[in-house]
Amino acid sequence: MASETIAITGATGITRPISERLHDWIVTVDHKKLGILYIVYSLIFLVIGGVEATIIRIQLIVPHNHFVSPQVFNRMMTMHGTTMIFFVAMPILFGFGTYLIPLMIGARDMAFPRLNAFSFWMTAFGGLLLYFSFVGGNGLYGAGNAPDVGWWAYAPLTSRAFSVGHSTDFWTLALLVSGVGSIGTAVNFITTILCMRCPGMTLGKMPLLAWLNLVMGGMVILAVSPLTAAQAMLCIDRYLGGHFFDTQAGGSAVLWMHFFWIFGHPEVYVLIIPAFAFLSEIVPVFSRKPIFGYPVMVAATVCIGFVSLSVWAHHMFTVGMNSYANSFFTITTMAVGVPTGIKIFNWLGTMWGGKIQFRTPMLFCIGFLFQFLIAGLTGIMLGASPFNWQLSGSYFVVAHFHYVIVGGILFALFGAFYYWFPKMSGRMYDEVLGKCHFWLFLIGFHMTFDFMHVPGILGMPRRIYTYEPGRGWEIWNLIVTIGVVFQAAGVLVFVVNLLWSLFKGEPAGNDPWDAWTLEWTTTSPPPDYNFATIPVVHSRRPLWDLKHPEDPDWKYE
Amino acid sequence: MFSLIVAESAIFTIFVVAYIFYIGKSLSGPMPKDVLEIPIFNTICLLSSSLTIHLAVKMLRNARVNAFGLWWFITMILGTIFLVGTGREWQHLIFEKGLTISTNLFGTTYYSLVGLHAFHVTVGLIGIVLAMIFTVLGKVEPAHSERLDVFSLYWHFVDAVWVVVFTVVYIIGR
Repeated sequence: MASETIAITGATGITRPISERLHDWIVTVDHKKLGILYIVYSLIFLVIGGVEATIIRIQLIVPHNHFVSPQVFNRMMTMHGTTMIFFVAMPILFGFGTYLIPLMIGARDMAFPRLNAFSFWMTAFGGLLLYFSFVGGNGLYGAGNAPDVGWWAYAPLTSRAFSVGHSTDFWTLALLVSGVGSIGTAVNFITTILCMRCPGMTLGKMPLLAWLNLVMGGMVILAVSPLTAAQAMLCIDRYLGGHFFDTQAGGSAVLWMHFFWIFGHPEVYVLIIPAFAFLSEIVPVFSRKPIFGYPVMVAATVCIGFVSLSVWAHHMFTVGMNSYANSFFTITTMAVGVPTGIKIFNWLGTMWGGKIQFRTPMLFCIGFLFQFLIAGLTGIMLGASPFNWQLSGSYFVVAHFHYVIVGGILFALFGAFYYWFPKMSGRMYDEVLGKCHFWLFLIGFHMTFDFMHVPGILGMPRRIYTYEPGRGWEIWNLIVTIGVVFQAAGVLVFVVNLLWSLFKGEPAGNDPWDAWTLEWTTTSPPPDYNFATIPVVHSRRPLWDLKHPEDPDWKYE
Repeated sequence: MFSLIVAESAIFTIFVVAYIFYIGKSLSGPMPKDVLEIPIFNTICLLSSSLTIHLAVKMLRNARVNAFGLWWFITMILGTIFLVGTGREWQHLIFEKGLTISTNLFGTTYYSLVGLHAFHVTVGLIGIVLAMIFTVLGKVEPAHSERLDVFSLYWHFVDAVWVVVFTVVYIIGR
């Protein structure tokens, strides 16, 4: 994997010894280099997490399979979830934010460049700490390595009695450390967006990507901090003999659930809001129309930010809360669907009547729209508590949230990748390979996650390592696992495209998409100082004003 | 700094919620009403240090560096008294009353919450001591008042949290 880092260094560095260039990358405080470090780091973990998912699926392909032992299966399950959420999705979105926000708001760097570097390395070492458990998790007890408590790590499974050895400690500390990094990044985002905008860029003229990342930053602060606190409590329980989650001494296991989901549900929106941000930049450019309903888009995002902080217990309907709590969380869950629906209408409104160009980034965005809608609909189904009692803890839930995270977030991320790759590397990607990636991944995605709903409805619980034949689950599990092959092939095409384009791609020029936001005014890749002179903007589409002085946007806004 | 304070508030909120949730749920003694005494002197010291740090920064803004040094020094002393007071309280609880973090739920939540706050006081004190050293070396100028202003926000926050902790632990919890 190190070769990938070196490859990117080679593309952007001047001819100096490799050791010196690597040193540059390690001590850098430049937001563009840190952004790329975040992204490369997450891509490496994406592959690792993908391999873990593949192992899980191979184990489940037929009943009574013996591909891995139950213990290994539990570890893969935990590591897959933890890796994908904390060390793929979050850092890769932070990476895009770190790279793009200063460029989009016409600043030369983030507000706190050193805090930026600190946050990245905290996240990076958090990930390494988690994976070090494979080596160091045994401790003195000869117990299992790697955490195997599930990514929720419900109490009392995490107590010393049920989770001997150090594996759970590695899990706790990794999340604590990377949580501190996330909070640092969020503070940095908020300060940068509020204080570093170029002259003329009022909040109402800011690109939507900056707006949405501002909301995301606020949510990280309010959501990740409780997780950090809960992890500190778990540490106290495990190391100092505390009783926070120890039911034997009057502690409460349900309290951990609340604390975890107070983090866990807003986290979903922390991940999806930057994905919305990508869509809000990409869809207008390839529809050749300005975004439809900019103020409504901002209002809907802020609305999602608020409402999503009060929906967490819809993950806990089966725990046995009272009927008032059930009703409250059902209602808030339904309510959060409203602003999300508004957003989908806005993107459709942007595409409506536009001259749509079906380039790879746009294809992924259209895929997002379709899949995110379905994911939202199954979400509404699961949000109704009586329905939830039937299907909670089944593969239906697994299919639902993978629809959000893979069908929504990952598709938007791939779109963002193809869209900004020319800016980051200075070279165009290969369009044919890009489309190939899209179709392979689309087919694989639908094979896997459409059909995963069915065994859930038929009663297949999640997290089981194998199952009895004759329950009607076999054919569905077979199809689901075959879909994984297509997805893996798609990702392989993506990696090949990435590496090939990095060295052999056509030079992209400053503005390959004829786009409208500030990052396209500077060279590709941008110089260290971003802009030779700090730009002054008059409208939401500064580049349109430059290209069409006879018909500028600010006359109409 | 405001963003950081919001994040910190969220962390404290979780610990406070845990404390309130577990009030009276301990299965074995000692109970709070048996062992806790209200630390009035401590509280007065910490809260008045908010005033002195405010005065210190105000002096610096008006370019009165010596007056700044005096008020800053008083702030440092008050903060230290608070920490020493907490330390004595803990010593009393551990060695005379036999309450440790693993004794019962009350011990767990009490030491975590008060300890988390004391940790923040310690971090603040390290910052204050550093600024004090620079003052003694004559490196502090009125131009730095903005930075110290931001720092004093943190100190005010720590004090405000103490008001909450005090209310929850020593008044509601007893």
